[in-house]
Amino acid sequence: MINATTTMESVSYLDHKGKYKGIFAWIFATDHKRIALLYLYAISTFFVIGAILGLLMRLELISPGQTIMTAQTYNGIFTVHGIMMIFMVVIPGLSAIFGNFFLPILIGAKDVAFPRLNLFSWYIFITGSILAVLSQFLRSGPPDTGWTFYAPYSTATGTNVIFATTAAFVLGFSSILTGLNFIVTIHRMRAPKMKFFSMPLFPWSIYATAWIQVLATPIIAITLLMLIAERLFKIGFFDPAYGGDPILFQHMFWIYSHPAVYIMILPAMGVITEIIPTFCQRKVYGYKAIAMSSLAIAGVGYLVWGHHMFTSGMSETARWVFSLLTFIVAIPSAVKVFNWLATMYKGSIDLKPPLLYALSFIFLFSIGGLTGLVLGSLATNIQVHDTSFVVAHFHYIVFGGMGFGFFAALHYWFPKIYGRMYNFRRANIAWGILFVGFNLLYFPLFIIGMQGMPRRYYDYLPQFQTGHVISTIGGIILIIGLFLMIRNLVLGARKGAKAPANPWNGSTLEWQIVSPPPQENFDEDPLIKNNPYDYE
Amino acid sequence: MSENATHITEYKTLGIVLVTLLFFTLITIVVTSFDLAVWNVVLALVIAGTKGFLVVTYFMHIKYESLLLKILVGMVFFLFALILVITFIDYAYR
Ligand SMILES: [Cu+2]
Repeated sequence: MINATTTMESVSYLDHKGKYKGIFAWIFATDHKRIALLYLYAISTFFVIGAILGLLMRLELISPGQTIMTAQTYNGIFTVHGIMMIFMVVIPGLSAIFGNFFLPILIGAKDVAFPRLNLFSWYIFITGSILAVLSQFLRSGPPDTGWTFYAPYSTATGTNVIFATTAAFVLGFSSILTGLNFIVTIHRMRAPKMKFFSMPLFPWSIYATAWIQVLATPIIAITLLMLIAERLFKIGFFDPAYGGDPILFQHMFWIYSHPAVYIMILPAMGVITEIIPTFCQRKVYGYKAIAMSSLAIAGVGYLVWGHHMFTSGMSETARWVFSLLTFIVAIPSAVKVFNWLATMYKGSIDLKPPLLYALSFIFLFSIGGLTGLVLGSLATNIQVHDTSFVVAHFHYIVFGGMGFGFFAALHYWFPKIYGRMYNFRRANIAWGILFVGFNLLYFPLFIIGMQGMPRRYYDYLPQFQTGHVISTIGGIILIIGLFLMIRNLVLGARKGAKAPANPWNGSTLEWQIVSPPPQENFDEDPLIKNNPYDYE
Repeated sequence: MSENATHITEYKTLGIVLVTLLFFTLITIVVTSFDLAVWNVVLALVIAGTKGFLVVTYFMHIKYESLLLKILVGMVFFLFALILVITFIDYAYR
């Protein structure tokens, strides 16, 4: 039995009256929960725009040749889709929204270590996002380099590359400051009796993520600055015409961008690790193994970036070293998957919407992870390099993993955030449509990729059309599912039934306070247990 | 260790560190006149690393901090070194 330690009289963070009124009570808020919602609304908006751009690409690809847009527009759209989804949605997504909202609560703190810096990070994020959006509309046209900005094309193309890279540069600062804030919060702000190994596992994953944000992001920042300098002053870092080395760009870019994949996926894994014990009413199997595997993924994840460059002319020795290291990073990921399954074993499984999303995460992430090994192995990599196989693998990890993890978190913590509940039946239907649409959209890309369909191509041979048509139909179904899910959540937030403090019978700290949480989270010191997941 | 404790380093220590740093800068310039192939880069990085170590230890007061902080900072520099080594596996064998 869990007793709410907070009295019902306390004012929730949503109703709290501070210095400012109206919208200023939000955009000047330093409360971690309000900042989390600021991120939620901004990021959801970018996500919807990015998804619509993705749908436009799919519609273009439904038949060979020109269908609804020109080739240059297509190049612009896949670049914008990539930049928005990567830098403005999936990288900040889980840690800025749910990390902000739940990290302090889960470790028994009243706020993050630097609340004002937290708000400042949001403003930097918005500034970077505005720059990114502007880069689409300025005179020279949207950048057409892909989100990877590969040199030497990016140093030569006439489109708005400088604007887009400056945007990514600015967004990076927001990421670094958020990471720094979370590291200090975890070290300094834990409730007195909360030891590192009595923290729930979501804070552990946020901790590992925060280290990557602080250590890897400066490398993309300096890389993008070098690219800008190269465009402006023809210095010769990357462009062979001036004595540069284009492979150096790829090294520097992927030293950040591979760990960035873990910035996206680690918090999602943390969410899944919270949901599974709650809906199986079981203690997490192998608590320490899961905590340590987060750190191991973060650590080894730094050393595998070269697997993006097997065909780019890197030395033979570097290729097998990177291939080996890539296979090693699969181990801690597999540790997590096995531990989730072992947690469910003999549990009393309650198939509510959050668990449905969590289970589909495991399913989709496993497909994405195992096809990653096909790409990590030198021989098979040559065959599928730069084909739609890579696109499918990437979306299974980032959308099937981070995206479904995000939806899982949204459905799991929704009653705590808004103090209201969404409709379960509609949530289940939306999940079903999303799941079917997702697989229909991306699975055919594995097949036509292996048959030789190149990625990022505007046109293709007739033999690939069946795959593309199935994929586009899947894309339309996915968008319908997405719409239904968002509609259900918006309805729930506005007029859903009042949610109790602990609707899922969870054991972690956020469920011991009222929904929505009071302004400073805890009116009295929370009761800290040695194991956060004691169900038996 | 705690956030309230301050540590004042003697001018003499700071002076010695400063002179050492200048000395290493001089060596950095001198070694560029020899052609040692790949080892030029290695040498330059080792010297720069040593200088960085001195700055972090004395000027940034890591010497007087807790063991945990030392380990965290040490791991960061180890990781950075590892990234450089792996990158140069490509350049050295290409
Ligand atoms: Cu990678």
